[in-house]
Amino acid sequence: MIDRDEVLHVARLARLALSEEEVERMARELSAVLDHIERISELDLEGVPPTSHVIDVAGALREDEPQPSLPRDIVLEQAPAVEDGGFLVPSPGG
Amino acid sequence: MTDVTSLSAVEAAERVRAGELAPVEVFAAYRDRAAADELNAFLWVADDAGDAADPATSPLGGVPIAAKDLFCTEGVPSQAGSRILEGYRPPYTATVVRRLAEAGAPLLGKTNQDEFAMGSSTENSGYGPTLNPWDRTRVPGGSSGGSAAAVAAGLAPWAIGSDTGGSIRQPAALCGIVGLKPTYGACSRYGMIAFASSLDQAGPLARDVRDAALLFAHMVGRDERDATSLEFPEPVRLPEAERLDGLRLGVPEELSSDEAGIEPGVREAVEASLGLAEELGATVQSIQLPHAPHALSAYYLIAPAEASSNLARYDGVRYGLRVDDYDTLLEMYERTRAAGFGPETKRRIMLGTYALSSGYYDAYYGRAQRVRTKISEDFRAAFEDVDFVVTPTAPTVAFPLGAKTDDPLAMYLSDYCTVPMPLAGIPAISIPNGLSEGLPVGLQLAGPAFSENRLLDAAYALEQAIGFDGSAVRA
Repeated sequence: MIDRDEVLHVARLARLALSEEEVERMARELSAVLDHIERISELDLEGVPPTSHVIDVAGALREDEPQPSLPRDIVLEQAPAVEDGGFLVPSPGG
Repeated sequence: MTDVTSLSAVEAAERVRAGELAPVEVFAAYRDRAAADELNAFLWVADDAGDAADPATSPLGGVPIAAKDLFCTEGVPSQAGSRILEGYRPPYTATVVRRLAEAGAPLLGKTNQDEFAMGSSTENSGYGPTLNPWDRTRVPGGSSGGSAAAVAAGLAPWAIGSDTGGSIRQPAALCGIVGLKPTYGACSRYGMIAFASSLDQAGPLARDVRDAALLFAHMVGRDERDATSLEFPEPVRLPEAERLDGLRLGVPEELSSDEAGIEPGVREAVEASLGLAEELGATVQSIQLPHAPHALSAYYLIAPAEASSNLARYDGVRYGLRVDDYDTLLEMYERTRAAGFGPETKRRIMLGTYALSSGYYDAYYGRAQRVRTKISEDFRAAFEDVDFVVTPTAPTVAFPLGAKTDDPLAMYLSDYCTVPMPLAGIPAISIPNGLSEGLPVGLQLAGPAFSENRLLDAAYALEQAIGFDGSAVRA
């Protein structure tokens, strides 16, 4: 079970504003999904190593040679707000 | 004169290269059909073929591709089906799209998808659902539903999609076409808007197995810009096999059990095809994948966890949406993400953030990664006894629009038979396996890493034996 306070805590971690209605629905839906997922706690996984990458990759590193980046104007072109050649954001504030 | 859209992509490319067909005619025929799309399969359609390679001398002969929205295409909207990226036009092109253009396949258009590839019905698109061309009251599957519907309806000769837990194979099955999820690393992920990086893989959706093979042949290869990409160990061939002599097929008990929710019509279609496989010389045996019933749980921890990290970049700073009403930076982040993401994306971000949060990491994410190891071991053991694993692609045929949108878990269960393979990084193909209640059924074959040539051969032989005809919905 995941309760309302946990939903609000996780939403803050995820930088996601939720409406009252969404908080209730999220608590219900996440609980149902977690309830199903919890079945893996029945498995004996003692000594089993975790897998984060499935296919062996060798020699994936390239030479560390500087390459030209995208031009600044191209990078800034899609930004919602720009000032003095940089991304403009509001004050981190209180 | 033949209607060029009645030709397979392989046939069209051959005719162009032989000088019997003008590539502009091929492009125009599909462009007209795509522009008249009534299925909401396309989110953007090209005006012209741009500057792709000379069709007459290139292997893909100017036969254009439809690309899932999440493939970045320079100067062309690439929104991953999300409102948070509305109008985003990337300054670069995904490696697989560039490679296909260089091989002579220009971009026809961008196709609809579940937002950030999270979904099994394309109903999670921020731009409205795509309709199934077999029955417009039903879903095309997802997340590559736009690509699948476009190919099935003959609005595109072939298409590319991405598969994280079944997002190529399941819509291919529900739309009656062929979909291949390659070995992890076979195709570069550079320029694919990320969902779950350890699982995401690009692949072809096509009218038949030979078309899928030809497209796949020009997608593969090592890319310096994706450190997880690999050189494909052999050239990808066009399949020609007519027989399956000596081939050992394994049917996993766990993926045919009642828990898998396989509909009777789907089960019967798969059994009929296994009978055809035996007539072609294959042997069929029952096998075990003991951890397969836990694949869905592992998947719905690993994929959302990786997604919650990948989607942190949508913050209203560098591109995409920024809302107007905020005072502080934190409010700007939280409200922008609240306004730009749809319900399923929010759900997965929340699930992933929860699974990675302090105190839960070992119990959820860490445990899921250990289950992943067991799933890989299960497949490795199975492939000592059999060449390929065979299952239904999806437990059901295409379901009605709206049938599962209020029940996330029911929606997730439609991935039951497709999630184990990406967790193990192995390739799997879905081919049309006849109809049940007038709707397409998919047959899935999975093989060891880099077995795509053999997999395509077997799929081709079975395709000929099954004799599926999807031409009715292309009219």
